[in-house]
Amino acid sequence: MAEAMTEITEQTDGLTQAELVEAIEAATREVFATMLNQELKAETAFQEKQEAQPATGVISLIGLAGEWVGSGSLSCTAALACKIASWLLATEYPAIDDEVLDAVAEVTNMIIGNVKTTLEGRLGEMGLSTPTVIYGRNFQTRSARNQEWTVVPFLAEGERLCVQVCIAPNKDQSSKTARPGFPIPHMLNV
Amino acid sequence: MKIQEAVPVLDVLIVDDSAAIRKILQRVLRQAEVPLGQVFEAGDGAEAIEVLKKQPVGLVLSDINMPNMDGLEFLTKVRAEQAWEKLPIVMVSTEGTQAKVMEAVGRGASGYVRKPFTAEQIKEKLSVFFES
Repeated sequence: MAEAMTEITEQTDGLTQAELVEAIEAATREVFATMLNQELKAETAFQEKQEAQPATGVISLIGLAGEWVGSGSLSCTAALACKIASWLLATEYPAIDDEVLDAVAEVTNMIIGNVKTTLEGRLGEMGLSTPTVIYGRNFQTRSARNQEWTVVPFLAEGERLCVQVCIAPNKDQSSKTARPGFPIPHMLNV
Repeated sequence: MKIQEAVPVLDVLIVDDSAAIRKILQRVLRQAEVPLGQVFEAGDGAEAIEVLKKQPVGLVLSDINMPNMDGLEFLTKVRAEQAWEKLPIVMVSTEGTQAKVMEAVGRGASGYVRKPFTAEQIKEKLSVFFES
């Protein structure tokens, strides 16, 4: 996996990687500070072909579609997912359940939704799918288009969570109509 | 002996596909000291219309991005009904562009709150509906 990681130097049409990292950092910090009352510590962002993921844990995925298409996700350990739900809902969650997964999905929705809003000024209107949350062991996710993910790791109470986005101009003219609920272009190995 | 005036309470419908957000909004409404009556919930616009047919409410808080029927379509359908023309509907959404806000207002939204939100922001946006 280390071979797949690269420093962020590339620039794509209409969007620099630094701008994308800044949008992810700002949205994630704002959501955690406002809704979860938590200050996050950002670590160094990087790019990789295969999405950063925990071997065991929770990953929440959301699709973006419009003039630009891609995906956004949040991944973390099961323990941190329980903490996120506890911070958001002011209730203790000792183990993963439907409410924890729903809370992680909504946090992801707010983060990626705000990244989308920031990017729309530059890239045009995009639609946001409803989130899909996966909890399990030894899973991998990969963009079907083999795009690179921009990964921004954060530390929350000493535990790591990663917010990542892969996005590129949409070459498929027929799919530019943005609407929520469209399928996420991912392969999933569980 | 003084007779206490009954404080009018507000029945509220919360429309969001996330149970977490429905729970948070209820908590925030209580923190904002809103004179809450009954709180009804719906997971999308279609469910919300069914709730409204059975149960009149004084305020609706609705997300935009939802499956089946999104918040903008819900707004359009509600405003097409004479009985609901003046029902206050405040959109609560991650959609934050000026264009999206203007589209919601154009379809009849009474207010707009961007997620993430604080209890103070919700209170400020809704205060106009409690005072009237």
